[in-house]
Amino acid sequence: MSKISGRGQFVRLSETERPEITIHVDGAPVTALAGDTLLTALLLAGGQVRDFEFGAGGRAGFCLMGACQDCWVQLEAGGSVRACTNYVRQGLRLKTGSAE
Amino acid sequence: MSSTENILIIGAGPAGTRAAEILVRQGLRPIVVDDAPASGGQVYRRQPPGFRRSAKLRYGFEAAKAEALHATFDALRERVDYRPETSVWSIENNVAFTIGPNGVTRIPFAALLLCTGGVDRILPIPGWTLPGAFTLGGAQIALKAQGCAIGTRVAFMGSGPLLYLVAYQYAHAGAKVAAVLDTARLRDALPVIPGLLAGGTTLAKGLWYQNWLRFKGIPLKRGIRPVAVDGEDRVSGLRFHDAKGRERRIDCDAMAFGWGVKPECQLAELAGCDMRFDAAARQWLPECDAEGRSSAEAVYLAGDGAGVMGADAAEYRGELAALALLADRGLAAHAGRREYLKTRLRRLMRFRIALERALPYPAGLAAALADDTIVCRCEGVTAGDIRQSQSLKPDEINRAKAYTRLGMGRCQGRMCGIAAAEILAHRKGVGLAEVGRLRGQAPIKPLHIGIGGAAAEDDPERAASI
Repeated sequence: MSKISGRGQFVRLSETERPEITIHVDGAPVTALAGDTLLTALLLAGGQVRDFEFGAGGRAGFCLMGACQDCWVQLEAGGSVRACTNYVRQGLRLKTGSAE
Repeated sequence: MSSTENILIIGAGPAGTRAAEILVRQGLRPIVVDDAPASGGQVYRRQPPGFRRSAKLRYGFEAAKAEALHATFDALRERVDYRPETSVWSIENNVAFTIGPNGVTRIPFAALLLCTGGVDRILPIPGWTLPGAFTLGGAQIALKAQGCAIGTRVAFMGSGPLLYLVAYQYAHAGAKVAAVLDTARLRDALPVIPGLLAGGTTLAKGLWYQNWLRFKGIPLKRGIRPVAVDGEDRVSGLRFHDAKGRERRIDCDAMAFGWGVKPECQLAELAGCDMRFDAAARQWLPECDAEGRSSAEAVYLAGDGAGVMGADAAEYRGELAALALLADRGLAAHAGRREYLKTRLRRLMRFRIALERALPYPAGLAAALADDTIVCRCEGVTAGDIRQSQSLKPDEINRAKAYTRLGMGRCQGRMCGIAAAEILAHRKGVGLAEVGRLRGQAPIKPLHIGIGGAAAEDDPERAASI
């Protein structure tokens, strides 16, 4: 089930005049801006980046500086990346649920 | 310079930048490896290409320092072997192992300057792993480097210089700040006011932020005790006891918390540096002398990674460690300058010690965490799990790690290590130093091939975990 629907966690306050980039999250198109991290794009659109492997609930990142490793997100094509230190790219396809 | 003559600087924040500047001025060409796509570290982190806010808007009182540091690094860029977006994941026998845009590489070095910085010092509380709960540093990065707030109504909690600064930056940028909740009490600060004044304008700035927030009608509360972050699938509120012990609740859809900064010292450990317990900071720090020499041959330490002293000190320490390196190699003495820097640093150390007393880490709250509170967010290890591992007689925290998987996850104990040590020490009735520390182990961060930086044009599907 897609976790991306519903209200976003983040709120964009400024820097809105950047080129739009479309990524896909759980199969649905999401419009981000060039220079958004994956975490920013995911949390503007929804409330989590992944399921927690060892218990209930989701995770949405924590430190935003590449230290806590909470925000690793699945790529549709396989593998995963740290959402807070990677930036959006046209055509990127992400999944916010559990790893297979 | 042959590869065996390499001088390697890890980190391009305030310390790494000033160290590189000194080495280049001496005619050397250091290798500078940094996690980030641009220099500046976390404190003076830059915004991605295409963002337009002024330095004044992003760095406030520190704008001139940030711009000066960035300008210094940009002028050095062609004269250092700069490797951005590159992480060092291990160090062994004078070789650093990195992963970055060029894949996995090894960098042999003759001398090493570790300028690895720090991360937020965390006290786990019930509900802290809910989506919408972030570190203070993380909340600041969302704003400073992405132009975003972490929620529509944000509560800030903890203690330390970052608490009021980030709350101020949020309110100033137009975000709704629900409350600022400080665990420190005024009576802790009063005895150390002379020490706090040694920090130059830092105390005055902190008071200025507090007054600004108060003037805007934002609730500021001191002497609070966290109870829990509320929420089902994301943050919906924050409960705490006020200074009089009454339970209060703040409605919010995001919260940020932290108690100062803890050093990133895993690479120092892997490089062979001896560690010592610092009673004032209640943390293990790499041994180093007043000029930044570690216990390991030709390994130098600077900035918050060598013990947290803040950004101004990091610039001095980066310069000083590089000068010590030049002196040790017989290249230049600069004795007067080194004495000057040490004098400045002694003053800032007085400030730092006072700050730890005025705005302490609430160690007692960590020790008293309820058994069902998650402490290790990576593996879901609870305070009770850590206490129960006691029945297996772990004589120190690495035994507890083996029994419970505490600190064994993705973050390698960066987030939980401080609190877990407090819990274990309290349960065993021994001093904090006696339970030891979670040892740094390679790889210090998960290995992966990124999908390129803001300016790169990589194929996104190239990314993969390895």
